[in-house]
Amino acid sequence: MAAPLALLLIVAVTIRAALFRTSLANLISERVEVVSPLNAWKRVVEGLALLDLDISPYSGDVFHETPMVIYLFHFLMDYAEITFMLADCLTAVALYLAVKDYNKQVFRKQKFALEADRIPMDCLELIRSPTEMYYIPLKVAMFYLLNPFTIVSCVAKCTCGLNNAVIALFILSTMRGSALLSAIFLALATYQSIYPLTLCVPALLYLLQRLYIPVNVRRSSFWFYTLQYLFMFLGSLLVLICLSFFLLGSWDFLPAVYGFILSVPDLTPNIGLFWYFFAEMFDHFRLFFLCVFQINVFFYTLPLSIKLKEHPVFLIFMQIALIAIFKSYPTVGDLSLYMAFLPVWNHLYRFLRNIFLVSCVLLACSALFPVLWHLWIYAGSANSNFYYAITLLFSVAQVPVCLSPSLLSSRESSSKTALFTHSLLF
Amino acid sequence: MGLLSDPNRRRALIGMLTRLNAPICMICYMAGVAWFMGLAFEPFTLRTYMSENAMGSTMVEERFPAGERALATGREFAAHKKKTGGMPVDWLVRTMQARGLEVYTQRFSRKLPFPDEDKERYMVKGTNVYGILRAPRAPRTEALVLSAPCSPGNENNQAVGILLGLAQYFRSQIYWAKDIIFLVNEHDLIGMQAWLEGYHHTNTTGMDWSPLQGRGGSIQAALSLELSSDVVTSLDLVLEGLNGQLPNLDLANLFYAFCQKIGVLCTTQGKLPRNDWDTTSGYSHAVQTMMLMVLKQASSRPWGDHGLFLRYHIEAASIKGVNSFRPYKTDATTVGRLLEGMYRKLNNLLERLHQSYFFYLMPSLTRFVSIGYYMPAFGLLALILLLRALDLWVQLSSPPTRTTEDGVEVVPASPGVLSILTPLVISHLTGVALYTLPVLSQELAVEHFPVSETEAVVLTAIAIYTAGLALPHNTHRLLAGEGTEQGWKVLKLVAVLYLAVLLGCTALINFSLGFILALTLVPLAAFITPHVPKTLSAVVMVILSPGLTLLFAVFFFQELQETPVTLQEGWMLYLSVISQGILDHALYGSLLYPLAALLVYPCWLLFWNILFWK
Repeated sequence: MAAPLALLLIVAVTIRAALFRTSLANLISERVEVVSPLNAWKRVVEGLALLDLDISPYSGDVFHETPMVIYLFHFLMDYAEITFMLADCLTAVALYLAVKDYNKQVFRKQKFALEADRIPMDCLELIRSPTEMYYIPLKVAMFYLLNPFTIVSCVAKCTCGLNNAVIALFILSTMRGSALLSAIFLALATYQSIYPLTLCVPALLYLLQRLYIPVNVRRSSFWFYTLQYLFMFLGSLLVLICLSFFLLGSWDFLPAVYGFILSVPDLTPNIGLFWYFFAEMFDHFRLFFLCVFQINVFFYTLPLSIKLKEHPVFLIFMQIALIAIFKSYPTVGDLSLYMAFLPVWNHLYRFLRNIFLVSCVLLACSALFPVLWHLWIYAGSANSNFYYAITLLFSVAQVPVCLSPSLLSSRESSSKTALFTHSLLF
Repeated sequence: MGLLSDPNRRRALIGMLTRLNAPICMICYMAGVAWFMGLAFEPFTLRTYMSENAMGSTMVEERFPAGERALATGREFAAHKKKTGGMPVDWLVRTMQARGLEVYTQRFSRKLPFPDEDKERYMVKGTNVYGILRAPRAPRTEALVLSAPCSPGNENNQAVGILLGLAQYFRSQIYWAKDIIFLVNEHDLIGMQAWLEGYHHTNTTGMDWSPLQGRGGSIQAALSLELSSDVVTSLDLVLEGLNGQLPNLDLANLFYAFCQKIGVLCTTQGKLPRNDWDTTSGYSHAVQTMMLMVLKQASSRPWGDHGLFLRYHIEAASIKGVNSFRPYKTDATTVGRLLEGMYRKLNNLLERLHQSYFFYLMPSLTRFVSIGYYMPAFGLLALILLLRALDLWVQLSSPPTRTTEDGVEVVPASPGVLSILTPLVISHLTGVALYTLPVLSQELAVEHFPVSETEAVVLTAIAIYTAGLALPHNTHRLLAGEGTEQGWKVLKLVAVLYLAVLLGCTALINFSLGFILALTLVPLAAFITPHVPKTLSAVVMVILSPGLTLLFAVFFFQELQETPVTLQEGWMLYLSVISQGILDHALYGSLLYPLAALLVYPCWLLFWNILFWK
C-alpha cells in the first residue's frame, strides 16, 4: 500500500513544483478566493521584513499571522515552497494513516455485528467489503493532494496549508489514542486560528469511547478524564501563547491575530459570508451581528455532539466543514480539508439527495468566481452583488455535502435501515 | 426544497424529466430561440432613459461657432500629413500649443507577430500627440478624452480639424472642472493601446512605447471621433469594445439626447430608429439592428478606437460621421456643437457613469434590452445541457443489469479513469497546438509552401483544426477494447457539464458570443451518442462546429450590412477574419482566439469523440 501512496505523493509534488515555476503562481496568489488577509503569503513577507527591521510585525494593519508562523518562516524563508509542499504531503499522509486506523475499527465493528446476526436483510448492501475499504485511505489522500483547491492553495503559498497539516496531525494522534499529542496539536491548531477549539468535544468523545468510559455526568471517571484532557489542552495553549510572548516581547499579537479573526475589520471580498454583510451594516448593529455570525461556528457543537455522540469521527468531519463554511476569512484551502474526508463516507452517498445538483453547483461556482470578479473589479460592468450571490450559492451548496449524511437517519429510509446505518457505519 | 427532499415526489419529478427529456429539450431550444427573437419586438423592450442625475437635469448651451475654421484646419492638417507621409508631429505640436494646450508626444513601436494584410502593416512605428487642457475650476483629479485618429490616405482629416477647433474653443471657456485631453493617435488601435498603457503605466502586450511626460487626472469618459467629409447626413454611434465590453448605457443616452436636441440624424449599426414596430418590415429592421450588434459583440474585437478604453474602466464610444445620399446635411459646426454639449454634460459628472446598464442589447438607438430580459434566452439553452446531464446521471447511477445465458446478472464494470482522461487530454493538446503552432510555424510554412506569412498562419490554423477531426480513430487505437457503454456516458456527462460551465461563463462576460456558441453547440451536445447514424451526424457536427459557425457568421454579417458577398469573396473574408482574430489577441489581448482554441474546440472534439466511440 505504500507504493501507490508514494507515487501519489510524487505526482502531487511534481504538479506543485511545476506550477510554482509558471507565471500562474503569481496570478493565483492574488486571488481572493485562495488567500485571505489572514493567511496571504504577501503579508507574511511583509511581516518578516518588519521583523528584520526590529519593528513589531503587528504594527500597521498588514500582518495577522501568529508569531510562531513568522518565526518558522524566519528560518525557512528560502525554503518556503518546499515547506508548503511538505505540509501538504504531511497532511495527506496523516489523513491516510488516520483513516486506515479508523477503517480497522469500523471493520471490526462490522464483523461483530455480522457474527451477532444483528444486521437486517435490507441493509446488507451497506456492508463494505474489505477491498472497498482497502482503497479508502488512498482515496482520502488522493482527494486531498489532487484536489484543485489544495493545489491552488499550496501554489499561492497560503498558510492555511500549515493549519490543515496541524489539524490532520491532531486527527491522527486522536485516532491513535494518544491524548497528550492530540491535546498538543489541538492547542496548536486553536492557537493558529481559534476555530478548531470546537474540535475539542469530538476528540474527547472519541478518546472516551476508545477507553470504554461512558459519557455520564455522574461517573467520576468521565469527569476525571475530561478534566485531564482539558488541562492538557489548555496547558499547551497557555505554553504556546506565553512562548509567543517571549519570542516577540509584547502582547501585540493577541489583538492583531485573534481580535482580527473575531471582529472582522478587513472586509476584502472572499468566499465567506461576512464581508458583504458587514460592508452593508450600520455601525451600531455591528457588534450584535458580529456575535450572531461568529456564534454560528461554535453553536452547532452542542446539538451535534449530543446527536452524534456515538460517532465522534463523523463529528470531527462535521465540525471541520462547519468551520470552513462559517469562519470569518475562509479560503478554498479550508474546504479541501473536509472534502478529503468524503471518500470515507462514500457508501452513504447513494442516500444523498441532490448530490448531482450540489456538485454541479460547486463546479459552476468555482468557475464563476473568477469570471464575476473580473466583471466586477476589472470590467466594472457587474457589481459586488453578483459576486456575493455566487459566494452565497457556494456556501449553500456546501451545506448538503456535509450535512446530508447526518440527516439520513431520521427520514426517507425505513427506520430499521436508518438505525442500522446509524449504529454501524459512521 | 420541499419538492426535492420528499423522496416520492422527487422520484416522480426525476422520472418525468428522464422520460420526457427529449421533448423538453426541444421545447427549451425553441423557446430559447423564440425568446431571443422576441427581444427585438418593441413592446418587449424598454425605452432608453437617462439615469445619471448629473447629466439629466442640468442645462447646457452649445455655442461652438467655428465649424468652417475647423474644416480649414483639417485641410491644413491633410496637407501636412501628405507632405510628411505620416503623422505631421511638429505641425500638430505647434498648432496645439498655439491653441493654449500643454502638448506632449509619445513614440511607440510594435512588431506584429505576422504581417497584417488588411491594413498592410508589419513593423509599426508611430507617434501619438496629445494636448491637455487643464481644468480651471477644479483640482486636476479627473479627465475626459477626445480622440481622433490620424489615418493614412484622405480619411479622418475633418475629425482632426474639429478636434483642434474644439480645443481652441474649449480653451476660452471657464467652466471645465475636468482636464480635457485632445489626442491624435497614429495607427489607430495600436497607437491607442500604446497611449493607454503609457497613461496607466501598465504593459500587458509587450509593446515598446516611450513614457508619457504629462498626465491629467483619472479618465472618466472618452469619445473617439471619425469624420471624413465636410458635411454629414447622420452620425453613427459605435459601442462594442474589446471582448464584447460595452460602455454604460448613459453614454448612448447622452448621445441620443443631444442628437435629438440639435436635430442630427443618429444611428446605431448604421440603422435609423423606426417607429413602425407593428409592421413586418419594422420588426425585421429591429432584428437586423440587434443581430448586427450581437455579431459585432460576439467578434470580441474593438469596433472603433474607443474599444480599448473600456478595459481601463473608462466609458467610451466612437462617433462616426456618415455621408450618404440623403438630401438633408449637417455641417461641421453642428457636429462641433453636439460634441461641446456632450462634453459639457460629462464635465458635470460627480462620479463615474454607473447608474445605467452595462449589459444590454440595442434593437434601435431608442430601445434597449437589459440583462434580465436577454439572459433567459441563454438560460433556456443552458437548461438543455443540465437536463441532458441529469438524464445521463440517472442512467449511470442505475446501470441496466444485463442477464447472460446462465441467468447470472452482470453489472457492467464502471469505466476506467483512463478511458475518460485520454480523450480529454488529447483534445486539449490539440487545442494547445491550434493556439500555439500557427504563429510559431509560419517561417517553416513559408519556406516549404508558396504562401505569404499571413496565409501561412491562417492555413496552418485551418489545417490543425481539420486534423483534429482525425483524432478519435487514433484515440481508439490507444484504448483498444476500453470503449464501453458506460464509458461514453461518463465522457458525455463530463463533456456536457464542461460545455455548460464554459458557455455560462462566456455568456456572462460576452452574452452574444455565449449565445451564438450555445445556439450551435447545445443541439449537438444534446443529440450526440455513438448510436446515431454516423455519416449524417458527422456532417451535422462539422456544420455546427465552431469554425464553420464563424464562416456562417461572416456571410450573415455581410448579408445584414446589405453588402452581400459571393462565395469566393466570403472565403477570402473568412481567412482575413481568422488572421484578424489572431492579431487582435496578440496586439490587444482579445480573448476570442484563446477561448475558441483552448476551450471551445477541445470541448467540441469531445463530442466528436463520443460520436465515434467504439
